[in-house]
Amino acid sequence: MSLADFFKKKTSSNVAKDRLKLVLVSDRAGCSPEIMEQIKNDIITVISRYIEIDMEGLDIKITQTQSEGNNGVVPALFANIPIKDLKTNKK
Amino acid sequence: MGEVIVVTSGKGGVGKTTTTANVGTGLAKLDKKVVLIDTDIGLRNLDVVMGLENRIVYNLVDVVEGNCRIKQALIKDKRYPNLYLLPSAQTRDKTAVTPEQMKKLADELRDEFDYIIMDCPAGIEQGFKNAIAGADRALVITTPEVSAVRDADRIIGLLEANEIKRTHLIVNRLRSDMVKRGDMMSSGDVVEILAVDLIGVIPDDENIVISTNQGEPLVGSDTLAGQAYMNISRRILGEDVPYLELSGRQGLFSKLANLLKKN
Repeated sequence: MSLADFFKKKTSSNVAKDRLKLVLVSDRAGCSPEIMEQIKNDIITVISRYIEIDMEGLDIKITQTQSEGNNGVVPALFANIPIKDLKTNKK
Repeated sequence: MGEVIVVTSGKGGVGKTTTTANVGTGLAKLDKKVVLIDTDIGLRNLDVVMGLENRIVYNLVDVVEGNCRIKQALIKDKRYPNLYLLPSAQTRDKTAVTPEQMKKLADELRDEFDYIIMDCPAGIEQGFKNAIAGADRALVITTPEVSAVRDADRIIGLLEANEIKRTHLIVNRLRSDMVKRGDMMSSGDVVEILAVDLIGVIPDDENIVISTNQGEPLVGSDTLAGQAYMNISRRILGEDVPYLELSGRQGLFSKLANLLKKN
Protein backbone atom coordinates (compact mmCIF):
# COMPACT_ATOMS: atom_id res chain seq x y z
CA MET A 1 0.00 0.00 0.00
CA SER A 2 1.46 3.32 -0.98
CA LEU A 3 1.38 6.39 1.18
CA ALA A 4 -1.21 8.00 -1.08
CA ASP A 5 -3.48 4.98 -0.70
CA PHE A 6 -3.06 5.18 3.03
CA PHE A 7 -4.43 8.70 3.15
CA LYS A 8 -7.20 8.06 0.68
CA LYS A 9 -8.41 4.84 2.25
CA LYS A 10 -11.69 5.10 4.04
CA THR A 11 -11.67 2.85 7.07
CA SER A 12 -14.71 0.72 7.85
CA SER A 13 -15.23 2.67 11.06
CA ASN A 14 -15.51 5.87 9.04
CA VAL A 15 -17.98 4.19 6.73
CA ALA A 16 -20.01 3.14 9.79
CA LYS A 17 -19.93 6.68 11.18
CA ASP A 18 -21.07 8.25 7.91
CA ARG A 19 -23.87 5.74 7.42
CA LEU A 20 -25.04 6.20 10.99
CA LYS A 21 -25.07 9.98 10.71
CA LEU A 22 -27.27 9.76 7.65
CA VAL A 23 -29.68 7.19 8.99
CA LEU A 24 -30.04 9.04 12.29
CA VAL A 25 -30.97 12.28 10.57
CA SER A 26 -33.98 10.65 8.95
CA ASP A 27 -34.73 8.63 12.10
CA ARG A 28 -34.74 11.78 14.20
CA ALA A 29 -36.80 13.72 11.71
CA GLY A 30 -39.38 10.96 12.00
CA CYS A 31 -39.46 10.84 8.23
CA SER A 32 -40.62 7.43 7.06
CA PRO A 33 -39.76 6.12 3.59
CA GLU A 34 -43.46 6.57 2.66
CA ILE A 35 -43.38 10.26 3.53
CA MET A 36 -40.13 10.66 1.58
CA GLU A 37 -41.85 9.00 -1.37
CA GLN A 38 -44.76 11.44 -1.08
CA ILE A 39 -42.42 14.42 -0.91
CA LYS A 40 -40.61 13.08 -3.96
CA ASN A 41 -43.86 12.67 -5.92
CA ASP A 42 -45.06 16.16 -4.96
CA ILE A 43 -41.76 17.69 -6.05
CA ILE A 44 -41.96 15.83 -9.35
CA THR A 45 -45.50 17.15 -9.92
CA VAL A 46 -44.53 20.75 -9.24
CA ILE A 47 -41.27 20.80 -11.18
CA SER A 48 -42.81 18.93 -14.14
CA ARG A 49 -45.17 21.85 -14.72
CA TYR A 50 -42.22 23.95 -15.79
CA ILE A 51 -39.49 21.64 -16.97
CA GLU A 52 -39.11 18.11 -18.20
CA ILE A 53 -37.15 16.14 -15.66
CA ASP A 54 -35.53 12.75 -15.60
CA MET A 55 -37.67 10.86 -13.12
CA GLU A 56 -35.41 7.82 -13.12
CA GLY A 57 -32.38 9.85 -12.07
CA LEU A 58 -34.24 11.83 -9.45
CA ASP A 59 -32.79 11.50 -5.98
CA ILE A 60 -34.18 13.00 -2.80
CA LYS A 61 -32.79 12.48 0.67
CA ILE A 62 -32.42 14.09 4.03
CA THR A 63 -28.79 14.75 4.80
CA GLN A 64 -26.70 16.94 7.05
CA THR A 65 -25.13 20.21 6.13
CA GLN A 66 -23.10 22.88 7.84
CA SER A 67 -25.48 25.66 8.79
CA GLU A 68 -24.78 29.20 7.64
CA GLY A 69 -25.43 30.55 11.08
CA ASN A 70 -23.38 29.08 13.87
CA ASN A 71 -25.66 26.18 14.68
CA GLY A 72 -23.20 23.53 13.56
CA VAL A 73 -24.58 20.67 11.51
CA VAL A 74 -28.28 20.82 10.61
CA PRO A 75 -30.53 18.52 8.63
CA ALA A 76 -31.18 19.49 5.02
CA LEU A 77 -33.39 18.18 2.24
CA PHE A 78 -31.18 17.32 -0.67
CA ALA A 79 -32.74 16.94 -4.09
CA ASN A 80 -30.84 16.01 -7.21
CA ILE A 81 -33.16 16.48 -10.18
CA PRO A 82 -31.67 15.93 -13.62
CA ILE A 83 -33.30 18.16 -16.25
CA LYS A 84 -34.10 16.62 -19.63
CA ASP A 85 -35.35 19.65 -21.46
CA LEU A 86 -35.62 23.22 -20.28
CA LYS A 87 -37.57 24.48 -23.26
CA THR A 88 -40.63 22.25 -22.99
CA ASN A 89 -42.72 25.06 -21.62
CA LYS A 90 -41.96 27.50 -24.42
CA LYS A 91 -43.97 25.53 -26.98
CA MET B 1 -33.75 9.55 49.45
CA GLY B 2 -32.60 6.96 46.94
CA GLU B 3 -31.99 7.42 43.27
CA VAL B 4 -33.67 5.29 40.59
CA ILE B 5 -31.41 4.39 37.65
CA VAL B 6 -32.65 2.58 34.57
CA VAL B 7 -30.17 0.58 32.50
CA THR B 8 -31.40 0.44 28.93
CA SER B 9 -30.22 0.05 25.33
CA GLY B 10 -32.96 -0.60 22.80
CA LYS B 11 -31.07 -3.37 21.10
CA GLY B 12 -30.80 -6.71 22.83
CA GLY B 13 -27.58 -8.43 23.77
CA VAL B 14 -25.41 -5.36 24.22
CA GLY B 15 -24.87 -5.84 27.94
CA LYS B 16 -27.72 -4.32 29.95
CA THR B 17 -27.98 -7.17 32.43
CA THR B 18 -24.22 -7.53 32.81
CA THR B 19 -23.95 -3.79 33.38
CA THR B 20 -26.81 -3.76 35.89
CA ALA B 21 -25.16 -6.60 37.83
CA ASN B 22 -21.71 -5.06 37.81
CA VAL B 23 -22.57 -1.42 38.40
CA GLY B 24 -25.01 -2.44 41.15
CA THR B 25 -22.47 -4.68 42.82
CA GLY B 26 -19.86 -1.95 42.41
CA LEU B 27 -22.07 0.57 44.21
CA ALA B 28 -22.69 -1.97 46.98
CA LYS B 29 -18.92 -2.45 47.29
CA LEU B 30 -18.67 1.31 47.69
CA ASP B 31 -20.92 1.01 50.75
CA LYS B 32 -24.15 2.08 49.12
CA LYS B 33 -27.36 0.21 49.77
CA VAL B 34 -28.49 -1.11 46.43
CA VAL B 35 -31.45 -3.03 45.04
CA LEU B 36 -31.40 -4.44 41.51
CA ILE B 37 -34.77 -4.95 39.84
CA ASP B 38 -35.13 -7.24 36.86
CA THR B 39 -37.99 -5.73 34.84
CA ASP B 40 -37.69 -8.21 31.98
CA ILE B 41 -40.85 -10.15 32.78
CA GLY B 42 -40.96 -13.48 30.96
CA LEU B 43 -37.24 -13.48 30.15
CA ARG B 44 -35.53 -13.17 33.49
CA ASN B 45 -31.77 -13.21 33.47
CA LEU B 46 -30.40 -10.93 36.14
CA ASP B 47 -30.81 -13.69 38.75
CA VAL B 48 -28.48 -16.08 36.90
CA VAL B 49 -25.94 -13.37 36.09
CA MET B 50 -25.89 -12.51 39.80
CA GLY B 51 -25.75 -16.20 40.78
CA LEU B 52 -28.91 -15.90 42.87
CA GLU B 53 -31.23 -18.08 40.77
CA ASN B 54 -31.65 -20.75 43.47
CA ARG B 55 -32.93 -18.35 46.06
CA ILE B 56 -36.03 -16.97 44.35
CA VAL B 57 -39.26 -17.35 46.28
CA TYR B 58 -41.37 -14.37 45.22
CA ASN B 59 -40.91 -12.05 42.26
CA LEU B 60 -41.72 -8.60 40.89
CA VAL B 61 -45.22 -9.56 39.77
CA ASP B 62 -46.00 -11.09 43.19
CA VAL B 63 -45.05 -7.78 44.80
CA VAL B 64 -47.09 -5.70 42.37
CA GLU B 65 -50.11 -7.96 42.69
CA GLY B 66 -49.88 -7.93 46.47
CA ASN B 67 -49.17 -11.65 46.91
CA CYS B 68 -46.30 -10.76 49.22
CA ARG B 69 -44.61 -7.79 50.84
CA ILE B 70 -41.61 -6.19 49.10
CA LYS B 71 -39.28 -7.40 51.87
CA GLN B 72 -40.30 -11.01 51.27
CA ALA B 73 -39.42 -10.86 47.58
CA LEU B 74 -36.03 -9.17 47.97
CA ILE B 75 -33.13 -11.60 47.81
CA LYS B 76 -30.18 -10.54 49.91
CA ASP B 77 -26.84 -11.17 48.24
CA LYS B 78 -24.81 -12.78 51.02
CA ARG B 79 -21.50 -11.77 49.44
CA TYR B 80 -22.20 -8.07 49.99
CA PRO B 81 -23.92 -6.56 53.01
CA ASN B 82 -25.89 -3.94 51.09
CA LEU B 83 -26.99 -5.68 47.92
CA TYR B 84 -30.47 -6.98 47.11
CA LEU B 85 -32.21 -8.38 44.03
CA LEU B 86 -35.87 -8.25 43.12
CA PRO B 87 -36.20 -10.95 40.45
CA SER B 88 -38.61 -10.87 37.56
CA ALA B 89 -41.40 -13.38 36.92
CA GLN B 90 -40.59 -16.01 34.35
CA THR B 91 -44.09 -17.31 33.62
CA ARG B 92 -45.82 -13.99 32.97
CA ASP B 93 -45.47 -11.30 30.33
CA LYS B 94 -44.82 -7.55 30.19
CA THR B 95 -48.49 -6.67 30.58
CA ALA B 96 -48.52 -8.13 34.10
CA VAL B 97 -47.40 -4.75 35.46
CA THR B 98 -48.09 -1.15 34.50
CA PRO B 99 -45.77 1.90 34.49
CA GLU B 100 -47.79 3.37 37.37
CA GLN B 101 -47.24 0.25 39.47
CA MET B 102 -43.51 0.31 38.71
CA LYS B 103 -43.25 3.96 39.67
CA LYS B 104 -45.03 3.28 42.95
CA LEU B 105 -42.73 0.35 43.68
CA ALA B 106 -39.61 2.40 42.94
CA ASP B 107 -40.84 5.23 45.15
CA GLU B 108 -41.49 2.81 48.03
CA LEU B 109 -37.91 1.53 47.75
CA ARG B 110 -36.38 5.01 47.80
CA ASP B 111 -36.61 5.33 51.57
CA GLU B 112 -34.74 2.13 52.16
CA PHE B 113 -32.08 2.16 49.43
CA ASP B 114 -29.48 4.57 48.06
CA TYR B 115 -29.76 3.17 44.54
CA ILE B 116 -32.59 1.34 42.83
CA ILE B 117 -31.32 -0.04 39.53
CA MET B 118 -33.80 -1.20 36.90
CA ASP B 119 -32.60 -3.72 34.33
CA CYS B 120 -34.69 -2.85 31.28
CA PRO B 121 -35.76 -5.39 28.64
CA ALA B 122 -34.75 -4.87 25.00
CA GLY B 123 -37.20 -3.01 22.80
CA ILE B 124 -39.33 0.10 23.22
CA GLU B 125 -42.65 -1.49 24.12
CA GLN B 126 -44.41 -1.96 27.43
CA GLY B 127 -41.41 -3.50 29.19
CA PHE B 128 -39.34 -0.41 28.40
CA LYS B 129 -42.13 1.89 29.54
CA ASN B 130 -42.42 -0.04 32.79
CA ALA B 131 -38.68 0.14 33.45
CA ILE B 132 -38.31 3.88 32.85
CA ALA B 133 -41.51 4.90 34.65
CA GLY B 134 -39.94 5.72 38.00
CA ALA B 135 -36.41 6.53 36.84
CA ASP B 136 -34.47 9.66 37.77
CA ARG B 137 -31.60 8.92 35.47
CA ALA B 138 -30.61 6.48 32.76
CA LEU B 139 -27.56 4.55 31.67
CA VAL B 140 -27.77 3.83 27.95
CA ILE B 141 -25.63 0.90 26.83
CA THR B 142 -24.39 0.50 23.29
CA THR B 143 -21.66 -1.36 21.48
CA PRO B 144 -19.66 0.36 18.72
CA GLU B 145 -21.84 -1.16 15.98
CA VAL B 146 -24.25 0.64 13.66
CA SER B 147 -27.30 -1.34 14.78
CA ALA B 148 -26.71 -0.81 18.50
CA VAL B 149 -25.87 2.89 18.08
CA ARG B 150 -28.96 3.49 15.99
CA ASP B 151 -31.17 1.86 18.63
CA ALA B 152 -29.41 3.80 21.37
CA ASP B 153 -30.26 7.04 19.55
CA ARG B 154 -33.91 6.06 19.47
CA ILE B 155 -33.83 5.21 23.18
CA ILE B 156 -32.16 8.53 24.04
CA GLY B 157 -34.94 10.33 22.17
CA LEU B 158 -37.60 8.37 24.07
CA LEU B 159 -35.90 9.06 27.41
CA GLU B 160 -35.90 12.78 26.62
CA ALA B 161 -39.56 12.62 25.62
CA ASN B 162 -40.30 10.97 28.97
CA GLU B 163 -38.45 13.75 30.78
CA ILE B 164 -35.63 11.69 32.16
CA LYS B 165 -33.17 14.49 32.53
CA ARG B 166 -29.88 12.75 33.16
CA THR B 167 -28.81 10.24 30.56
CA HIS B 168 -25.32 8.82 30.36
CA LEU B 169 -23.76 6.57 27.79
CA ILE B 170 -21.75 3.39 28.30
CA VAL B 171 -19.87 2.03 25.30
CA ASN B 172 -19.52 -1.69 25.79
CA ARG B 173 -17.32 -4.32 24.15
CA LEU B 174 -14.80 -1.93 22.72
CA ARG B 175 -11.83 -3.55 21.02
CA SER B 176 -8.98 -1.11 21.03
CA ASP B 177 -6.99 -3.15 18.50
CA MET B 178 -9.83 -2.82 15.99
CA VAL B 179 -10.31 0.87 16.78
CA LYS B 180 -6.63 1.43 16.19
CA ARG B 181 -6.69 -0.10 12.73
CA GLY B 182 -9.85 1.79 11.84
CA ASP B 183 -12.24 -1.15 11.84
CA MET B 184 -14.30 -0.16 14.85
CA MET B 185 -15.83 3.14 15.89
CA SER B 186 -14.12 4.58 18.94
CA SER B 187 -16.03 5.64 22.04
CA GLY B 188 -15.37 9.21 20.88
CA ASP B 189 -17.04 8.47 17.53
CA VAL B 190 -20.10 7.05 19.29
CA VAL B 191 -20.33 10.00 21.66
CA GLU B 192 -20.06 12.40 18.72
CA ILE B 193 -22.93 10.68 16.92
CA LEU B 194 -25.23 10.33 19.91
CA ALA B 195 -24.36 13.67 21.54
CA VAL B 196 -24.77 12.48 25.13
CA ASP B 197 -22.30 12.42 28.01
CA LEU B 198 -20.11 9.36 28.36
CA ILE B 199 -19.87 7.68 31.77
CA GLY B 200 -17.82 4.65 30.86
CA VAL B 201 -16.13 2.45 28.29
CA ILE B 202 -15.99 -1.30 28.84
CA PRO B 203 -13.41 -3.25 26.86
CA ASP B 204 -14.37 -6.50 25.17
CA ASP B 205 -13.07 -8.81 27.88
CA GLU B 206 -13.43 -12.59 27.96
CA ASN B 207 -13.48 -12.38 31.75
CA ILE B 208 -17.08 -11.17 31.44
CA VAL B 209 -18.10 -14.54 30.01
CA ILE B 210 -16.21 -16.34 32.78
CA SER B 211 -17.86 -14.19 35.41
CA THR B 212 -21.38 -14.79 34.09
CA ASN B 213 -20.60 -18.52 33.85
CA GLN B 214 -19.85 -18.43 37.55
CA GLY B 215 -22.62 -16.05 38.53
CA GLU B 216 -20.21 -13.61 40.13
CA PRO B 217 -19.99 -10.02 38.92
CA LEU B 218 -16.37 -9.13 38.20
CA VAL B 219 -16.59 -5.47 39.16
CA GLY B 220 -13.55 -4.37 41.11
CA SER B 221 -11.52 -7.45 40.16
CA ASP B 222 -8.11 -7.17 38.58
CA THR B 223 -9.46 -7.34 35.02
CA LEU B 224 -9.91 -4.53 32.51
CA ALA B 225 -13.70 -4.91 32.51
CA GLY B 226 -13.74 -5.21 36.29
CA GLN B 227 -11.86 -1.94 36.64
CA ALA B 228 -13.95 -0.21 34.00
CA TYR B 229 -17.17 -1.19 35.82
CA MET B 230 -15.80 -0.02 39.15
CA ASN B 231 -14.91 3.30 37.54
CA ILE B 232 -18.49 3.67 36.30
CA SER B 233 -19.80 2.98 39.80
CA ARG B 234 -17.53 5.69 41.17
CA ARG B 235 -18.59 8.14 38.46
CA ILE B 236 -22.23 7.51 39.37
CA LEU B 237 -21.34 8.66 42.87
CA GLY B 238 -20.02 11.86 41.30
CA GLU B 239 -16.31 11.07 41.50
CA ASP B 240 -14.08 12.30 38.73
CA VAL B 241 -12.35 9.09 37.63
CA PRO B 242 -9.91 9.16 34.69
CA TYR B 243 -10.59 6.78 31.81
CA LEU B 244 -8.68 3.53 31.56
CA GLU B 245 -5.93 2.95 29.07
CA LEU B 246 -7.61 0.14 27.16
CA SER B 247 -4.90 -0.81 24.73
CA GLY B 248 -2.16 -2.85 26.31
CA ARG B 249 0.72 -1.84 24.11
CA GLN B 250 0.93 1.77 23.13
CA GLY B 251 3.78 3.82 21.81
CA LEU B 252 4.96 7.06 23.31
CA PHE B 253 3.56 8.93 20.34
CA SER B 254 -0.04 7.76 20.70
CA LYS B 255 0.11 8.24 24.46
CA LEU B 256 1.10 11.84 23.86
CA ALA B 257 -1.67 12.23 21.31
CA ASN B 258 -4.21 10.83 23.78
CA LEU B 259 -3.01 13.17 26.46
CA LEU B 260 -3.48 16.12 24.13
CA LYS B 261 -6.95 14.91 23.12
CA LYS B 262 -8.10 14.61 26.72
CA ASN B 263 -7.03 18.13 27.68
